[in-house]
Amino acid sequence: MSPTTLAVLGIAIPLAGALGIALCARRPNLREAVSLTTATAMAFSVAALFPAVLDGARPELQLLEMLPGLSLTLIVEPLGLMFAMIASGLWIVTTVYAIGYMRGNGESHQTRFYVCFAVALAATCGIAFAGNLLTLFLFYEALTLATYPLVTHKGNDEAKAGGRVYLGVLLGTSIGILLVAIVATWSIAGTITFRDGGILAGKASPFAASVLFALYMFGIGKAALMPFHRWLPAAMVAPTPVSALLHAVAVVKAGVFAVLKITIYVFGVDFLGDTGAGDFVMWVAAFTLLAASVVALHKDNLKARLAYSTVSQLAYVVLGATLATAMGVMGGSLQIAMHAVGKITLFFCAGAIYTAAHKTEVSSLDGLGRVMPFTFTAFLIASLSIIGLPPLGGAWSKWYLMVGAADAGQTLMIGVLMLSSLLNVAYLLPIPARGFFRPLPDAAADAAAPGYEVSAIQVSRIREAPLACVVPLCLTALGCLAMFFYGDAVFALLAPVIEASTLSARLTP
Amino acid sequence: MIDAHLPVLQVAVPLILAPACVLFRNGRAAWLVALLGSAWTLVCAGLLLAHVVQSGPWDYAIGGWPPPWGIALRIDTVNSFVLLLVATIATVVIAYAPRSVAAEIDAPQHTLFYSAYLLCLAGLSGIAATGDAFNLFVFLEISSLSSYAMIAMGQDRRALTASFQYLVMGTIGATFILIGVGLLYMMTGTLNMADLAARIPAVGETTTVRAAFAFLTVGISLKIALLPLHLWLPNAYAYAPSIVTAFLAATATKVAVYVLLRFFFTVFGASFSFTSMNLDIVLLPFSLVAIVAASLVAIFQSNVKRMLAYSSVAQIGYMTLGISLFNLTGLTATIVHLFNHALMKGALFLALGCVVYRLSSANIAQFAGLGRRMPWTMAAFVAGGLSLIGVPLTAGFISKWLLILAALENGWWPVAVLIVAASLLAVIYIWRVVEPAYFKPMPAQAVRSEAPLSLLLPTWALVAANVYFGLDTSLTADIAGLAASDLMGAPR
Repeated sequence: MSPTTLAVLGIAIPLAGALGIALCARRPNLREAVSLTTATAMAFSVAALFPAVLDGARPELQLLEMLPGLSLTLIVEPLGLMFAMIASGLWIVTTVYAIGYMRGNGESHQTRFYVCFAVALAATCGIAFAGNLLTLFLFYEALTLATYPLVTHKGNDEAKAGGRVYLGVLLGTSIGILLVAIVATWSIAGTITFRDGGILAGKASPFAASVLFALYMFGIGKAALMPFHRWLPAAMVAPTPVSALLHAVAVVKAGVFAVLKITIYVFGVDFLGDTGAGDFVMWVAAFTLLAASVVALHKDNLKARLAYSTVSQLAYVVLGATLATAMGVMGGSLQIAMHAVGKITLFFCAGAIYTAAHKTEVSSLDGLGRVMPFTFTAFLIASLSIIGLPPLGGAWSKWYLMVGAADAGQTLMIGVLMLSSLLNVAYLLPIPARGFFRPLPDAAADAAAPGYEVSAIQVSRIREAPLACVVPLCLTALGCLAMFFYGDAVFALLAPVIEASTLSARLTP
Repeated sequence: MIDAHLPVLQVAVPLILAPACVLFRNGRAAWLVALLGSAWTLVCAGLLLAHVVQSGPWDYAIGGWPPPWGIALRIDTVNSFVLLLVATIATVVIAYAPRSVAAEIDAPQHTLFYSAYLLCLAGLSGIAATGDAFNLFVFLEISSLSSYAMIAMGQDRRALTASFQYLVMGTIGATFILIGVGLLYMMTGTLNMADLAARIPAVGETTTVRAAFAFLTVGISLKIALLPLHLWLPNAYAYAPSIVTAFLAATATKVAVYVLLRFFFTVFGASFSFTSMNLDIVLLPFSLVAIVAASLVAIFQSNVKRMLAYSSVAQIGYMTLGISLFNLTGLTATIVHLFNHALMKGALFLALGCVVYRLSSANIAQFAGLGRRMPWTMAAFVAGGLSLIGVPLTAGFISKWLLILAALENGWWPVAVLIVAASLLAVIYIWRVVEPAYFKPMPAQAVRSEAPLSLLLPTWALVAANVYFGLDTSLTADIAGLAASDLMGAPR
């Protein structure tokens, strides 16, 4: 099949899958089979693009043209392909996990859940392959709308309130700010197509570029730059598989992916660096990075803590983009992949703990590590990857971000990154530490009572979540490890993206 | 043979068929006559547009009496576009009519309703087609009087007061227009628009012409319901029968916007209107206030018809904003939005008509669980709502895009921001309907009760048009661009 067909299939397969899932509403087993098949087929069709793109092909397809120059266009380039591969690959794992989680918790409206999930993935793939700002905007909005029913899945007042914040912030920023930035770009550059080296270079004054860049960064609400981050914690009312795939991978990464894409293909790294247009946003990102970590420290609810951790980790990508150096951009791009695998594992673990032990607060996790050893080991591994310790994937992104900051001469940013890593340690590691080193509250109570040996034997028995929940989280935890050793493959794929930049001399030793 | 008389037949056929309706005692037969009349105008309008785009403006002297003795019709790109819009909406709405009319209007009045409908269609077509300023006033009165009658046919007793309110305000507006035309006649001795355009520059600096300009501006603004002259509109739309609301919302105010364009650009000329009368500065604040204030008011309505009526006031602000930006893109945006807004409001009001047909109410409280009770109707409503918001792939996006672009061309950043901010307000008021429809449970005893196909098909025809004109803009944006450059007097 030709690469353009594959790119279209990446969007069409999940859409067709959504239809199939809806048709199988009355037969849950068949419905889940359709879900899994769709996920696998999508992952394969996206992965099949890899060799061609690695060879330098840039498949391009114009779907339709609305006004002259204003069209729906797909272009497959390395960054987008990486994003699509991550999202579609993790969708398979998440589907398995979701089956275990949704059945384990006896959730209602499961058909709607799987349908919306598939549509959300189609939108994500559309964002990944968007060839111009309008196409990006369109799929970006589609993703917001498709995920709304997932966020409000529980249907209670809390879910509805969360859903309102979610929709309000995401639609508000995108229509109110992002759209203005897109029209302004069209007005200044005369085009909105993503091009190597950017389309604004030489056309926008440094001041206009600064304003425009800030509009983009705040307009992309999915990147959760403060003060537009509130939707992400609000979205945590969703069932955990949604938080895992959408709010650790697809939706938030769609945001930072758009940030990188706009930095590289609309502004151009060199233009951004020369004009200093990103400076203001860089400070905002640094603030978000630290502030969100501090907030995470204070959150006792596990999912809320992970949500603020995500806010913080997303700011890494924005920071990487605003450093406006080849290495910074590379670090930001790698962060998309590395953080995705790490954070999805953490959310899987949170969901598994909820399914098996019905615990949601960090303070109530004492001793659970011995009851759920696989889950907590996976949590530990993923935490270390998020912190950025070798031999885990997260190490690479942190490494290149630091190199990027050094290249840009932003010594202070190196300090911010180091401080943030310490904060990561402080809010992530206590969780597995509690699980493994503190005694179970029941056991502690029983120890005082006579006949404690019996209960000690009982509590030491392993009570993990259903297998469909545990296997995916072990797989993704192993993925964190694998990403360290196969980091160079991702690097090789992404290298052409930043080759256009003059600062990429370091790339070819 | 017929070919040579298309311009007059466009207007005359519905005008002659209107009294024919009354001759039938049977509402069904009258409907058939109205359907034929509307379909005829659609055919005519299509042929006229094709002719005008190919070979330029078409001057037609009624009865063979050349102006200034006889009445002249003049069809160019601008009004053939408006004619096509009016005829399309009229045809779609009349196809929708029988069941909705049967449900909402008393049986003895059916023939009268169809008669009034054809009269209104004839009046609106006449306004668009004529090249004579006084004749325009006559047609304006024909369309207004018939619409007062149609609004008064609403089931709610408040329809009568709404109609009366509209009658008073509308008559004031029409009188102002008449005074304006009279003053112009006094100064120039002609009523023919082309002659007026030629003679006004010589007397442009007189107080009389300025007064005429002022009278016309206020009079027409009343007719287009530009804030703060919009007070008649919400009640009239809310209490009229659904089908009348759909027809008037999609055509009457649009034709009035056309009248505005015609007088300001053709009769007075762009340079007089904008340079010496500063029309742009006059219109801009009212447009912006209309966009924001009416959208805000729409958010707090509990009747969906009324909500959409306020939304119409806001959307009219977009159209006048395009004029006040005074550049080619802005004018194109106005003309495109005139067309697109007719499509989206037509679709929304027809969908609402389906709801009223089943529930006899358009109150927001009735919408709980409607997504499951009337899935196709609600889907149409959502699609129309998306277009109203201006989501890409819908017609509404094209208008918004052009309008924002026009604002940026002038370097008016705050205006561009305001336009998108108002879109957000549209998100809120549409969402207020969508949320209960899809995320609230149905009332206990409710069952799935989709509207009949004869209502759904016309509704979905307009929804499809909303999507189609969001994808392919060769009819809308290209022709509107041509029309705008004609109006601005730029060489083709």
